[in-house]
Amino acid sequence: MSSPRSSSLLAWPATSSSRAGRPAVSQEDRRRTRLKRKIKENLTAYGLLCAALVVFALFSWYPIVRGVLLSFQQVDFVNAPTWVGFDNFAKLFEDPLFGVAWRNTLLFTGLALVFGFAVPFLTAVLLNEIRHAKAFFRLAVYLPVMLPPVVTALMWKWFYDPGPGLFNSALGAVGLPGGQWLDSSGTAMLSLVFVSTWANMGSTTLIYLAALGTIPGELYEAAELDGAGLWKRLRHVTFPQTRFVLLVLLLLQIVATMQVFTEPYVMTGGGPDDSTVTVLLLLYRYAFVYNDFGAASAMSLLLFVALGVFSAWYVRLTRKADQS
Amino acid sequence: MRTLVSPSALRSPRGKVVYGVVFACTLAIFILAFMFPLYWAITGALKSPQELAATPATLVPHEWHPETFADAWSQLSLGKYFLNTLVVAGGAWLAQLAIDVPAAFALSKLRPKFGNVVLGLMLATLMLPATALLVPTYVTVTDLPLLHLNLINSPTAVWLPAAANAFNIYLLKRFFDQIPDELIEAARIDGAGPVRTLWRIILPISRPILAVVSILAVVTAWKDFIWPLLVFPDTEKQTLSVMLQRVAIDMPLNVLVAGMVLASLPMVALFLAFQRQILAGLTAGSIKG
Repeated sequence: MSSPRSSSLLAWPATSSSRAGRPAVSQEDRRRTRLKRKIKENLTAYGLLCAALVVFALFSWYPIVRGVLLSFQQVDFVNAPTWVGFDNFAKLFEDPLFGVAWRNTLLFTGLALVFGFAVPFLTAVLLNEIRHAKAFFRLAVYLPVMLPPVVTALMWKWFYDPGPGLFNSALGAVGLPGGQWLDSSGTAMLSLVFVSTWANMGSTTLIYLAALGTIPGELYEAAELDGAGLWKRLRHVTFPQTRFVLLVLLLLQIVATMQVFTEPYVMTGGGPDDSTVTVLLLLYRYAFVYNDFGAASAMSLLLFVALGVFSAWYVRLTRKADQS
Repeated sequence: MRTLVSPSALRSPRGKVVYGVVFACTLAIFILAFMFPLYWAITGALKSPQELAATPATLVPHEWHPETFADAWSQLSLGKYFLNTLVVAGGAWLAQLAIDVPAAFALSKLRPKFGNVVLGLMLATLMLPATALLVPTYVTVTDLPLLHLNLINSPTAVWLPAAANAFNIYLLKRFFDQIPDELIEAARIDGAGPVRTLWRIILPISRPILAVVSILAVVTAWKDFIWPLLVFPDTEKQTLSVMLQRVAIDMPLNVLVAGMVLASLPMVALFLAFQRQILAGLTAGSIKG
């Protein structure tokens, strides 16, 4: 991460320049003061680091270990935890909802990628061409991102209401039949994806917009001189030039949407007919409704394994970008 | 600046017409998609309960009931929940600055022995999806190791885990790395110790990154739902989001909608005031999530 540094920078209290002009001291003395200085400097550094080390130890590193241990234990907080091996995992695989939750989550992620990926990108390409009211467009698209997710979810629950809801009122006004939205197992998940896309597309759109802004104009000019039409320029200039950002946001979105919780928890509670039970919703139920922290931890571990690959890939990519 | 569409194509009569149509359509779609829901929520709160429940819904309220906002404030005890949320978010912000800034400074400029190992261990936590640690962190918070404290219902249950933020340390360290060592050397020659250097030299020139970290901290804490839901079982201690979700079913719709509008106002105001920093934080934050 950090570049190799010269040894003179290691010395905090004194530098070679401040040493100049002093009477000569023995080699031994000098080595001793340098050692003392180094120790003092390390103590200061760890003094500044200690609060961070404590919170990381308590709330990151220890829970990682604890989480793995819990996955193989039976925990009821009354008796001491007992080691049960893979029983928690076996229990999960026997739960019919387990498969349903994974299927629903993958469906959510898949749909969220279709909308959440294409719509913001196309919006960004469009906004990049628009020369008026730029500030308004940025503001408008980002405003939903600032709303607390619970407010967004409750608001859209009301919009989706089959009775006086916004959607069915609007459809009724133009003479179309209303939908059941959240109340039908066929459309509930799609309705949640729609909300999630609406709420989050502001950030992705603006990130794409920033990436589009860095494309050198000469590339488009050259492509145009070569006779490339609009579509070809999009395909051969815009896409390759934003490929990295697209990839990073793809990974980020997979990781984020696989952990969807607030929308199903607030809007459908997992219904109708378990059509919106997601992995995290089931995990929440195991831990905080059934009080089975062992099974819930096993589920976290599985989620981590499923997402760890994407996360690791993503961290590597961003570090590489950072170095270049 | 040259973009996908060439400036000459835009200047042609046909280009002008096409641009006009595209602009108008985009504007209309944006207003409909992003402004209209907010209009609908605000006017929804102003309608009478009967009007709000009527089918089809009305575009403009027939009767105006601005007092709904006052009702919502008192019926939902919004004052108390605003204060709770403020304490939770403000404390999370201060904890992150107080803990992550010195850590990043030490790692960037003091470079202690094993500093890279510490940084690596911190950055490794970024690979964990946030929710994978939900259960074990909850279990930890109910009974802190060694100290045996139970942080449930205490705002510290949000503050301290928020400070264990590898991304903040990474952002700050990256910024501090760019500050020339000569500057610190000069401070040292003038007799300033590391802490004094951090306070008097580094922090003043790090304002942009501190603003980004601050905004990210406040917005994240204000928007968070699942963690506060877990650590504040006491209804008196809950944050706005948790409270709104809890009362959503029992409250008259107009009161609830008014409450939602009021709960969103601080974030909208914050956005309008700090647009530049928030959008800068977004591009920095994009390399995270």
